[in-house]
Parts: sequence; structure tokens; C-alpha cells
Amino acid sequence: MPKTPVSFNLNGVETSLFVDGGQNLLDALRRGVGDLTPKFGCNQGTCGACTVLINGRPLLSCLVLASSAEGDSIVTAAGLADGPNLHPLQRAFMDGFAAQCGYCTPGMLLAAKALLDRNPNPAREDVAEAISGNLCRCTGYAPIIEAILAAAEVMRRSSRT
Amino acid sequence: MNSVEFRKELFAEERADNLSEIGRPTVRQDILGHVTGRSAYYDDHLFDGLLHMRCVRSPHHHARIRSVDFSAAERMEGVRRIVGPADVPKNLNTLLSLINFGKEDEPLLSERKTSYRGEPVLAVIADTERQARGGGPRRARGSVANGDRRRRPPAAAVRVDWEPLPHVLDVEEALAPGAPTVNETYPGNAFEYHGRYDHQKLRFGDVDKGFSEADRIVEGRYRMSPIEQAPIETCGAIAAPETGDRYVCYTSTQALFFSLSTTAKLLDTASSRLHFVGGTVGGGFGGKVDSIVEPMAVLGAMLTGRPVKFMWDREEEMQVGAPRGAELWIIKDGVAADGRILARSFTGYFDSGAYTRLSSYAVVKSTGHLPGPYTIPNVASNVFCVFTNRTPATAMRGFGITGVDYAIECQMDRVAEAVGMNPVELRILNAYRDGDMKAHRRVAKNTALIECCQVAAQKAGWQLSPDALRQSSKEGGGGRRSAIPETATDQVGRIGERRRSQLPAEPLAGPGPRGRVPAGTAGPATEAAPPQRPDMAMDWEREKSPAAALPEPARPSISPPPRIPASGISAASASAASPQAAEAPYAPKAPFSRGVSKPGVSRFLSGTRRR
Amino acid sequence: MVEVLEFETLAQAAASLRDRTVYLGGGTLVMRAVNYADPGIARLAVTSDPSIKAIRSEGGRVSIGSGATMSDILASRDLDFLWPVARRIGGPAIRNMATVGGNLFAPHPFGDFAAALLALDARLSLADGSDIDLEALLARRKSMGSLVARVGFERPANGEFRFRKMSRVKPKGVSVISVAARLPRPGRRVSGARISFCGMGQTPVRARAAESALEGRALEPQGIAGALAGAAGLSPPDDAIASSWYRREVAPVLLRRLLLDEAE
Repeated sequence: MPKTPVSFNLNGVETSLFVDGGQNLLDALRRGVGDLTPKFGCNQGTCGACTVLINGRPLLSCLVLASSAEGDSIVTAAGLADGPNLHPLQRAFMDGFAAQCGYCTPGMLLAAKALLDRNPNPAREDVAEAISGNLCRCTGYAPIIEAILAAAEVMRRSSRT
Repeated sequence: MNSVEFRKELFAEERADNLSEIGRPTVRQDILGHVTGRSAYYDDHLFDGLLHMRCVRSPHHHARIRSVDFSAAERMEGVRRIVGPADVPKNLNTLLSLINFGKEDEPLLSERKTSYRGEPVLAVIADTERQARGGGPRRARGSVANGDRRRRPPAAAVRVDWEPLPHVLDVEEALAPGAPTVNETYPGNAFEYHGRYDHQKLRFGDVDKGFSEADRIVEGRYRMSPIEQAPIETCGAIAAPETGDRYVCYTSTQALFFSLSTTAKLLDTASSRLHFVGGTVGGGFGGKVDSIVEPMAVLGAMLTGRPVKFMWDREEEMQVGAPRGAELWIIKDGVAADGRILARSFTGYFDSGAYTRLSSYAVVKSTGHLPGPYTIPNVASNVFCVFTNRTPATAMRGFGITGVDYAIECQMDRVAEAVGMNPVELRILNAYRDGDMKAHRRVAKNTALIECCQVAAQKAGWQLSPDALRQSSKEGGGGRRSAIPETATDQVGRIGERRRSQLPAEPLAGPGPRGRVPAGTAGPATEAAPPQRPDMAMDWEREKSPAAALPEPARPSISPPPRIPASGISAASASAASPQAAEAPYAPKAPFSRGVSKPGVSRFLSGTRRR
Repeated sequence: MVEVLEFETLAQAAASLRDRTVYLGGGTLVMRAVNYADPGIARLAVTSDPSIKAIRSEGGRVSIGSGATMSDILASRDLDFLWPVARRIGGPAIRNMATVGGNLFAPHPFGDFAAALLALDARLSLADGSDIDLEALLARRKSMGSLVARVGFERPANGEFRFRKMSRVKPKGVSVISVAARLPRPGRRVSGARISFCGMGQTPVRARAAESALEGRALEPQGIAGALAGAAGLSPPDDAIASSWYRREVAPVLLRRLLLDEAE
């Protein structure tokens, strides 16, 4: 069966590859492109470890048909930092001890980014809601929520200046 | 006092107070990798030509394998190799064999029978994961041979002819006479401690005497269900041939050298041929020590000469990933009207599932924890590691302790209710104090339970009497409370008294007296059994026990251990003597080398920090 | 490997459904099956038909395209009464993918949105041009030969539609059960109530005994007693989320909270 060519913008870089018929975007990003930041957790849309932003919205890459990403703009955790400068969310996760094993972290960061891009001043409940599809088994939800709120504040301050 | 002061005051002798990290924020050394997504977990290693391995699993709780036909699957597109039991060089193992504990009881791939749902019988290695899945039944349920006609690719099935067997899923039923034998290595459905006993025993004082002196008897049964660790990263490993006839293995293991040694053993190869890389684990919680995936991946790489990934999907993680096992605890307390607990007995059951894994160790660990952080003059326990047709259980966060602590603390509340006491004050009254003798014959140090109760009550706004608030863990302990009392089932009150196994002569030999030895009523006293090893002998002088003053034989004879006389078997079991009784006593092949080495103290000194 | 068939219209996609060809909508159910190599899927039919995402509100009638996602519902001011339902389905990422049409076919214990549509007496337009009641579709959804194009129903009056969901995990979690109701009250007494449950059967189901017990009653503790008793007659399945017994016990509790408008 022939492979399908697909092109999308990944973290600002035009990317093209060939994908298999039923291949999901998670597998295409990891094995096809070599971006290993989206994680495999369940392959059934339950855990959120494979969360990526597609055209600015959080989606579960394990449930997206890779061939359907044609022309899309995709952001993964690999695209958060600006060169050597961490994104405020990454900095806040670091400072606030918001990761233990780190496996859910890329998905959490993207779910959080989707929230802050839309709502720069979220309430605690908004943050909890935004990461409600992302499971953390080391059970660090409280520091994760704190870190997202802290990052939001940093981003608000820097946008004012 | 805040919690840091609290620790400093109570544990002042434990370590020098010149640490600069505790109590202030620090940045984890691995967190930069985590927040940038660069931390490399086992699956974050890409290989050209990677093959995928998946298992064909049993759909039954318990079944005999009549035949396996994989000829059709072998011819399927993309399938490189079918791996069967015969491909595993040494297809029987028990995890703790690495420390000489327990008998080999679990195959990597099962050949004749399966004892839990999801037990692997074959593995398919194929070019893609989808092709590897196509080689086996879609899921564990629904036997192909039973005429399951779900649509599938034409040549997509390994055909296994199953003969379902009666199964047992409950610990008490598993120990009942006539229960099906789960694991043929242990025909009595219970782990055999030290090669001879079907449960781990603890005796301290005389619980029957304690019960007879008590004003109230309080009994309770406490059950815990299995809990899956459910790490977000599923268990798995990638193995690939390396230069120099070696194999590299990237793994999710929590116990790298344990997995390496287990792989070397199962594959009958030198560990120097294995290059294991791990340490970055996507959540483990105890569920990634069982070393199942590494031997599979390395075996696949050896058989195909290609990189092979063996990775559980989420359904496998939940179905065959070893959980914290179920537990059942039966506790009986004899309580004085003023709330003092005079006697406490336990019968405990750890549901090990179909194979031992680490539950045997959990039983020993929990026995050392009894009767909880309380000083109770008479304690007895029988704790069983039971085999059932459930998923094998393993480690999870404090296993061996968390379950029984739940039971003990529920029981404490019941006792408080029975004698009409404030439950926190009941705990303070019975709390162990510095210098008290624990039931496993160790003097308690740095107990701090009383202070914990006081601080917790204060923070919770829970009223305590002035007397309870005056108590301190550093006062009132020791003295008479440091003594090892005369112990009922043992003439001289030795540690580790063990009774003869009461297994019937053969499995399914009909109703027999095995199992269900009620705690604390163990029948006539037996001859003293010596410790297994000289270094396990109690150091009576050090512990300043009145028992040291007892006439001979105060010190156990060291070697060789005497045979247990026939009179030592309880009358009920004499007719069902096991053939194993004739076996030589357990003796490890190599000298024991664990423990502290410090002049003048027992190698098994505990409660002291090693400096 | 799975073959992907792309179609311009939903009708063309519907016409392709035979012999292990499965329609892929939002992906939350079908991609999951593809990932686990479901042998019943050899081909995926997809469409770029924009009409299936349209949400229309004309007069008293609402029409939702089967391809509208939960996020689309939450973005539609006309559908504010359905926000409490859509908001409780999945996390943000799932809501960006899961469609109204897919929810009609989601196996137990999923289907909160279908239960809500059931309480709204929804009627479905199929890709082949025919119509069918939602309840009739649920009864034979496993053997559907066509695809749902649109869902239509009368817009409920303010406060007439209510929804409650009980889940083990919050804010996101699969339903233990959920209950939806449309409670028309001309003159404070209920007339023509519709009550439906998700999680109380293999598909979302109407609680007819509870509906008729509510007829002519006021929404107060005595008035609803019969309806609560009527909710006990359903036979929910056992699963990993909850036992059948637990669901039967919880159903009247959740229904009482809904009818008396108590907090969850």
C-alpha cells in the first residue's frame, strides 16, 4: 500500500514526510520526524501525554490521523523554548517542582499553553479544567497548577512592559 | 513547634545538623530535561529497522494448553519470528532467586498451562506493531479455537487450543482443602517460607493469656483490593545487537541491575554481554521491577539479529502489569477497660496472584511491622503469601506495610469505640516509646508517634486531655517494656519460631488440615528452632533483655540445625506429613553477606543509621 | 495497514461503508480502535464536507451538524443550555475532537451528549436523506447502514432543560451515570417530561416510568417521590467504573438533585 505524503509546519519549520494509512500523528511525529517530545501513554486518548497544539488548539496526537495534518501548524514541547531561553511555563515548572518523572510534562505544558494563549489571567479552576485531560500519576497536580498560575503572572507582567 | 524543629529535637542524635539542603527549595537535577521534553525515556531511542514484539495471551484465568498452532501466523505479511517457550534458554525463574529466596516458579512464556488471564504463551515479532498484533488474537478475551468468528485478516491468528481449568480468585478459598492448585511449584497455594513453612509466623508473649485478662475482645476483618500502579509510561524495553557480541537494552525498569541479572539468567548468558541503559522512568511506583519486558526484548534481538521493541499497550499495562496485591487481615485485640491493648493477633493473607514475584518478601516485611507502632505485650501473627489465579502482584509504594497499617488503624478506631475512648488518646496510650521492645525483637528508637499524634490533633483542632498532651515518646519507655516476654509457643522465646508446614501430601489430596492456622492458637509448644544462620542469632546482652538471664539454652545452637522432632508437629497435621519433610534443611549455597559489619554488634542491627 | 478513503460529501462517505470500511469523524473512538489494530477496520472513510459542522438555530428549532465538536457546542451562544453537558465530556483536547455524531454511537459508559439529545426528543437526518428518531437509532446503532448528518430538536424554554453527571474523577471523568431532563412546567406543574440516563443501560435510555410519575406534579420533595421510584427500574451494566447495583442506587439520588435543582 502506498504511503501518503503530508506536509505541515512543526514548531515553525516546514516539515514533510510520508505516512502510513492508519498511522496516527503521535507515531508520525516520533518515528517519522524524530520529535520525541510528545509521549506515548495510552494510545487511546485517555492520558494526555501526547497532547500537541494543532492550529493553536490542544489535540491528542494519538487520535489524529497523520495524513489529516496536511497544512496544519503544529506545536510540540520541543517548540516552546526560544533558543536557549525557556518559555515562562517551562521556567515555572522548573522553579515550582512541577515535574517528578517528567513523562506527562510535555503534554501538561501544551495544555497549559493553550489555556494561557486564550486566557492570560486564569482562575485556579480554569487551570484545573485546562489540564483535566492530562493525567499525572506522580500526583503533582497542585504544584503543576501553581506553576501555571505563576507562569501566567510572569507572562502578564512581561506583556505589560 | 513546626515540623523542622520537631524533627531536629527528636532525631538530634541521628545525624549532624549541618545539612544545607533540607528545608529549602532546590532545583531537581533532571528537571531541565523534563520541561524541555529532552529527558530520554526508553522509547525515546530510534532504531532503523526496528521490529515489534507482542505477546499472545491467555483469555482464561486458568487453562491447560492442549496445542498451539502458529503456522498460519508465521506466514503472515511482516512476521519475522514466532517466539515460543522452547526459545527461552532457561524458562523458569523467580525474581528473588537473585538473593536465594524462593523456588523457581514462573516461566517467561508458558508451555503447558496458564494461571492468570493474560499470561503470555507466545510472542510474535513483526515489522510493524500492527502486523505483530495481527499475528495474535486481537485481545486476550475470546479464544480463537472456540470458534470466535470476529472478522480478522485471513491468516491472522495463532490458534491455541485451551482447556479451561477451575480457578480460584480468593485467598481464603485458595487455602481451603480441595482448592485447585494454581502454581505447581507450590501445590498448597502458599509460598513456603525458608523451604519449609507455608506462612510467616510471629510470636511475642502469650496472646491467649492476654485475651483471658482482657475486658473486651475486639475483632475485625480488613480487605484491600489490588491497585494498579498505572504509570503513564507503559512498561517496555528496546533491545538491539551491539558490537562485540553484546546487546544494548533501553528499559523502563526501576531496578536496572536486577533486570540485567534476571535477563542474563533467563537467557542463560553472561551479564557482560548485556548493556542495560535505564534510569529515566516515566513513573514506576513499584510496577517496573518485575523484569519481564527486558528478557523478552533481548531474546527478540538475539533471535532476529535486529532491534526489537517489546512495549505493553495500555490494556496490557492494566491487565497483566503486576499490581499491588489484594490483602486480607483479620485482627483480634484483647483490651483492658482503660484502653490498654493487652494482646493482638493477626491472620494475614497476601494475594500473590499466580506467581511469587515479590509478595513473599512483602509478607516478611509486614511481619516485621506488626503490631504497628504500638507496644502490646502479647502479639502473634500468621501471615500467608497465597497463590490465586489473579494477575501476579508485586511492589507498590510501601507494599507489605500500607495494607496492614490501614487494617491496624481501622482496628484502633474500633477499639476506641469499644472502650469509649478518644481515638487519638487511645493511640497515645498504646504508642510505642523509645526503648520499648518491638514484637520482632528490636528496641524501638526515635518513635515519635506520641508527638505526631499531638501535633496532628492540634492541627486538626482535636481536643486532647492534659494527660495525653503531657506524654512524650522519650519518657516512660524501656525498662520492663524493653523485655522480650516469655513466649507461648516457644520454650525460650526465640525469634523466628516456625512450625512445620501443614500441606497435604499431594495437591488436591482431599480435605486436610493445611492453612487457616488461627493466629495465637498454634497448638502445643515446639522444640526451639535455631535461627537459619549464625548471624541471625539474637544478641541478648546488647538488648538487655531479662531473657538473657534465662537458663540454658539461652543461646541458640548454631549449626547444624536440629531436625524438628515429630512431637513438634501439631497433632492434626501428623497424618498429613509432607514428603518435603524429609528434605534437608534449607541452606544457602553461598555465605550470607548482607547486613552491617561493625565490631561487637549483630550484622542485622536495625534502628541505627549506618554512618 | 489501513487505507484512507477521502470523500467530498458525507453522502459519498456513507455510500462507501461496507466490508470493514469505517467512517472516521472526530477520531476519539475510531482512531483508538485503529491504534489497537481492530481487525474490523481495513479502510477509513473521511470527508471534508463543511456542512456537517454547521450549527443552526431557526425559530424554535435547533439543528446541529453531526461533525460539530463539543468545543463547537461550547462556542455557540444559541446552545447555552447544552454547555453543562459538553463541558463535562472529556478534557479540552477531547472536546476539540469528539463530535456530536460520534457520541450517538459511543459505547457504554460514554454517551452523555446522546442522553441529553434523547431528553430533547432529537430527530436525526441521515446522509441518505431519511429521518429517524434518536431512540430508534440507539436501538439499532450497531447495524446502522448510513451516517447521521444532522441532529434536530425543539429548543427548550429557559430552565426547562437540566443535566447532572456523576463521575469518579473531577472535573474530567467518565460517567458513573448522567441524567438529562426536559421539564415543561405550564403553571408550575410538570407536563410531558422527558428524562434520560447515560450509564443505565447498554445505550442511553429514557426513564419512562419516571417521566409518567412526574406528570402533573410539582418539582418538590413529595411531588417527585414517584419519579425517583420510577428511576429504579432500569438495569445498568457492571463495569470497571461502577457496579450495576451502585448505579441503581445512585440513579434516584442524581435524579432528585436534578429535579430539585440541587448542586451536584
